[in-house]
Amino acid sequence: MSNEHNSPDTTSVDHFVQQKYRHGFVTDIESETVPPGLNEDVVRWISARKCEPEWLLEWRLQSYRRWLDMESPDWAHLQIEPIDFQAISYFSAPKSDKDRPQSLDDVDPKLLETYDKLGVPLHERARLAGVAVDAVFDSVSVGTTFRKELKEAGVIFCSFSEAVKDYPELVQKYLGTVVPSRDNFFAALNSAVFSDGSFVFIPKGVRCPMELSTYFRINAAETGQFERTLIIAEDSSHVSYLEGCTAPMRDENQLHAAVVELVALEDAEIKYSTVQNWYPGDENGVGGIYNFVTKRGDCRGNRSKISWTQVETGSAITWKYPSCVLRGDRSVGEFYSVALTNNYQQADTGTKMIHIGRDTRSKIISKGISAGKGQNAYRGLVRVAKKAENARNYTQCDSMLIGKGCGAHTFPYIEVANPSAKVEHEATTSRIGEDQLFYCLQRGISEEDAVSMIVDGFCKQVFRELPMEFAVEAKALLEVSLEGAVG
Amino acid sequence: MLEIKNLHATVGGKPILKGIDLKVADGEVHAIMGPNGSGKSTLGYVISGREGYEVTAGEVIYKGKNLLELEPEERACEGVFLAFQYPVEIPGVNNTYFLRAALNAQRKYREQPELDSMQFLKLVREKLGVLHISDDLLHRAVNEGFSGGEKKRNEIFQMAVLEPSLAILDETDSGLDIDALRLVAEGVNRLRSEDRSIIVVTHYQRLLEHIVPDVVHVLSDGKIVASGDASLALKLEDEGYSWLEQGGIGAVAG
Repeated sequence: MSNEHNSPDTTSVDHFVQQKYRHGFVTDIESETVPPGLNEDVVRWISARKCEPEWLLEWRLQSYRRWLDMESPDWAHLQIEPIDFQAISYFSAPKSDKDRPQSLDDVDPKLLETYDKLGVPLHERARLAGVAVDAVFDSVSVGTTFRKELKEAGVIFCSFSEAVKDYPELVQKYLGTVVPSRDNFFAALNSAVFSDGSFVFIPKGVRCPMELSTYFRINAAETGQFERTLIIAEDSSHVSYLEGCTAPMRDENQLHAAVVELVALEDAEIKYSTVQNWYPGDENGVGGIYNFVTKRGDCRGNRSKISWTQVETGSAITWKYPSCVLRGDRSVGEFYSVALTNNYQQADTGTKMIHIGRDTRSKIISKGISAGKGQNAYRGLVRVAKKAENARNYTQCDSMLIGKGCGAHTFPYIEVANPSAKVEHEATTSRIGEDQLFYCLQRGISEEDAVSMIVDGFCKQVFRELPMEFAVEAKALLEVSLEGAVG
Repeated sequence: MLEIKNLHATVGGKPILKGIDLKVADGEVHAIMGPNGSGKSTLGYVISGREGYEVTAGEVIYKGKNLLELEPEERACEGVFLAFQYPVEIPGVNNTYFLRAALNAQRKYREQPELDSMQFLKLVREKLGVLHISDDLLHRAVNEGFSGGEKKRNEIFQMAVLEPSLAILDETDSGLDIDALRLVAEGVNRLRSEDRSIIVVTHYQRLLEHIVPDVVHVLSDGKIVASGDASLALKLEDEGYSWLEQGGIGAVAG
């Protein structure tokens, strides 16, 4: 099933003024980078540099060998130049990594400056908002705060590398159990060469005392980023995790293939929020990040809940389907998404809700905004397994078109193997109508304010799900991304 | 207040207004009547500056200013208000938020201090009481899921809050039952004042029973073919518009 909508030609709302990427700059910290190219030696080099145990090296190598037999997927509604995987460097770390900063005061001031430019004053943010930040700069974490307070609560929040050193048994137990390395081409690649990322463990009965936040950032040229995130919520625990990213301006396309695995045990709840603002390429479609992400949550325990909320405004190409496997009885999966494409950006994003347990419920709210020559596709799968009695799904999928050169596409897949299932799908496509705009103008509201007001209204259902601070940021981000979009 | 001279306008290259002359003095209420397609709505859009409505000749002077030089939002800020025939829905945007944004944009333009939410709420409460509009309307998204009557009342409510100098009501009566019509008309009548002029665009005479105009104009094929007092509307009600095609009656044109 496919509904395609291309906006009609006859609109006055079609004029685009190009908007510079505000976070486009390069920090000239010397990177220690492995030469471009991928082979077993590179995988071994990465593992050795990180002093990893033998089992992890084996796992990487196995993933690498699987990856060699796989092909880059081409089913998405995306136009992608073939990626030369041998032209990419698979590891890069700021040099100061050798003597790791013990506190933020020890952090390379250049680095802090970078965060400042991004509007992420790490120290202030951490102190004022009470957010623990595990900032990833290129591939290695440089500053982790609030570790102590979290430790008192029994929460582990650290970089993935540290987790491998300090909690190897936990990592070994859960790594690859949600997204196996053979899952897909990019997951296999990530499993072979992943550099760093975050690790979160919430023990039984603990409600994480603060929101956990990681800021990702890509820096060194031609360096692929392969984050690996693993979040485990034990029985009756609760955690809210925020992820936000932005990248400096680049001419070459940069590959990003992250894997995020979430495990929710009995009665546990994980809320995962993303604001993604990577460099989307310039107004002619040159440069920009390729974002191929595999995010999946496993509601392993009964009555567990996993909720994904994402605001995607960046990247040249986004290929991303945060999913929930509803294994536990009465488990709940949610997906709230705003995806914006402007200029030549392409997004193929959506979710998969796999109902396996009894009385499982899922909800999908997807808002796609296309402007310029942006192409925005929603692709969602709702699968109800044979034994999933009384499964419920509600999907609402709305697209908004701004201007005449963009497109919105909806590809819902529904597979139901149990007759007791109830699956609802609603889809709408609208245009920022000339009539809506004129209505606002006629009341004295300027065009820019009118557009941001209309878009904000369109996204409200999703913004509501974001933590307060993030919601404000997300709104501002959309405004910036659409500045001058209509005129 | 408003003076229109020999106004010609096209929509999509097609001539719609073919030489309109109209003078509206301060505090006057003018009704513009005419058959479908005569250019009534176009006149409202041209005055308020809608894109796609191209003025090919003529002048629109408002408070001594050349209105046609101003952007639509500037015209609004100068006090020109159009009550839409089909008010537009803006999903997810709170009605109160929208109206406050509008009012503050206008106040900013006029170099008046913007109202904070408490001050605004106070103003809104006053206006609501006068117009018999329920609070419920305030908490919903702009026109979303509103009934026809609610939409039209919301337009008048916006007018009450924005306090324009020149209000154009475009078929505000269409789609209303008699009770709703009465409420809307009552709202409009309360807003009549010496420093506010109103142009009521309507197809039917019945609205004019409730909002009694000072002057009635008949628009046909892009021109005003007859003008007169309120009794002209009654004549139209009795005889329809067909007599226009037979050469008109003896009312004074222009």
